[in-house]
Amino acid sequence: MALTFEDIARVANLARLELRPDETAHTLSQLNGFFTLVEQMQAVNTDGVEPLAHPAALLGEVALRLRDDIASEPNQREASQISAPAVERGLFLVPKVIE
Amino acid sequence: MTTSMNNMDLHDLGVAELAAQLAAGTVSSVEVTQHFLNRMAQHSGLGAFLAVDADVSLAQAKAADARLAAGERTPLLGVPLAHKDVFVTRDFPTTAGSKMLENYRSPFDATVVSRLGVQAGGAGMVTLGKLNCDEFAMGSGNENSAYKPVQNPWDTSRVPGGSSGGSAAAVAARLVPAATGTDTGGSIRQPASLTGITGIKPTYGRCSRYGMVAFASSLDQAGPMARSALDCALLLSAMAGPDPDRDSTSLDLPAFDYAADLIAASPARTGEQPLKGLRIGIPKEWMTGTWNREEAGQVTKKGASIDVFNAVYAALREFEKLGAKLVTITLPLTELSIPVYYVIAPAEASSNLSRFDGVRYGHRAAQYTDLTDMYKKSRSEGFGDEATRRIMIGTYVLSHGYYDAYYLKAQKIRRLIAQDFQTAFTQCDVIAGPVSPTVAWKIGEKGDDPVASYLADIYTLSSSLAGLPGMSVPAGFGAGGMPVGLQLIGNYFKEAQLLGAAHQFQLATDWHQKAPGVSA
Repeated sequence: MALTFEDIARVANLARLELRPDETAHTLSQLNGFFTLVEQMQAVNTDGVEPLAHPAALLGEVALRLRDDIASEPNQREASQISAPAVERGLFLVPKVIE
Repeated sequence: MTTSMNNMDLHDLGVAELAAQLAAGTVSSVEVTQHFLNRMAQHSGLGAFLAVDADVSLAQAKAADARLAAGERTPLLGVPLAHKDVFVTRDFPTTAGSKMLENYRSPFDATVVSRLGVQAGGAGMVTLGKLNCDEFAMGSGNENSAYKPVQNPWDTSRVPGGSSGGSAAAVAARLVPAATGTDTGGSIRQPASLTGITGIKPTYGRCSRYGMVAFASSLDQAGPMARSALDCALLLSAMAGPDPDRDSTSLDLPAFDYAADLIAASPARTGEQPLKGLRIGIPKEWMTGTWNREEAGQVTKKGASIDVFNAVYAALREFEKLGAKLVTITLPLTELSIPVYYVIAPAEASSNLSRFDGVRYGHRAAQYTDLTDMYKKSRSEGFGDEATRRIMIGTYVLSHGYYDAYYLKAQKIRRLIAQDFQTAFTQCDVIAGPVSPTVAWKIGEKGDDPVASYLADIYTLSSSLAGLPGMSVPAGFGAGGMPVGLQLIGNYFKEAQLLGAAHQFQLATDWHQKAPGVSA
């Protein structure tokens, strides 16, 4: 199975990436090379095998750990926004979404 | 050390030795810190550091000296180290080696950073700066750093390995006595091997991931990199431990003193076999060869690098002398660990890196038409080639119609790989083999062939997928006089056993004491 230019465009859009035309051709050839390697997985018989999402699942029952729903941190708005690209009066600025 | 310290020698001391000097009052933390800062400046050409701030480091050293003056005597107090730039730090910028996070300042410290640091409750270590790495820890040569490559101090035309390449180069060149690293598919063990230092990736969940810039959440694990197993044990004792409120996958196991047994076992007693009874499993699949890439893009089995195997075999013979018994085991899916890892890790990475939207932090494009265009341009400008490639792979394998064939299939084989290890551990206590199929390669030599790089991860990926602890121990030298590491893999929670075996090996050998002749 080989990927096509259409696949690359579709996946780039899903990933919110913009590839230049020359990058698209390069990415296509690299991903096709990569998926040649990946196809070797299909030879392994995995009938009846449960997927393993996480190694912790092997170390016993994984209890979903929840902490108490209390504010544990002081307000750090300024420190948290110091690296934001665009902030005004404590709010993150984004391009207009709703006309 | 019975004589008074000459400051010119301070960088030759490891963590345990520096701690002893500091505790004895022979030298102050400020003096030690200044010495290493000078050395870092002198060897800045190696490219190991992404951020240095002498004022911050010296202020931390003063705080450590105050704790020493108050009579505190804890194992790491006043000893400096540096952090891989994927650990967020309040006092230094954090970039994860990416342009995406240029100038990013974290409002908090990673748990590993605060556990080691000088503030109340921390182990009292001084931060010397932030260490270069592959972008978002994706790479095995440190050539994917968006800022600069790192040179291997044994041969500056070669890579130091990756992704913790800055950590490895800095420790090897004696610019720092120790460093933190992270390991997702080998990123502590492989650079440790390629630079002749000691590094351990603990059991998944042993160290908190809180404040580690996320790459692949079911694989990422922090660990120490230093010159010896003893120094790694001292660091791991401070780094590890539960962090239940901040990392839902941190293991709920009490902190442990990994160094106590090692110190009790020193010095070596001649004529004894300290490792008697230890069964070391050698995977037969690892002995016969590894994967290399043929010209035509076909992946075939080929002989592995003979110099690496010679060093590994010599190290294993040393373990036999120490009383260990070598047994042949099988890890039949070793080769499949490459596609399985390179499906699962990018899938998780594509999810984790979706947070970089140019809104809350990170790069934002200067020109865009609307919100979607802003996302696309910001991300495309901010991510380098390898991060982009892995986001593409991850998005594809998680997308409708391909999820079952790739992602789910990989997760099923992941379970089989983990089960194979458990079968193997019924026949042995520790598994040993190479870390990397070759010694460090020349910077730029692998060119633009990601698959060729992925194949070189053959020996480290399977234990990462299983979540097992593993380490690299200096085991000699191969082609070009470059270091070779021996990999030791233990069963879950068996870090103490790994460190103990490595320590006995290091009491009997001096490979870990070899230093590169770093020119000024």
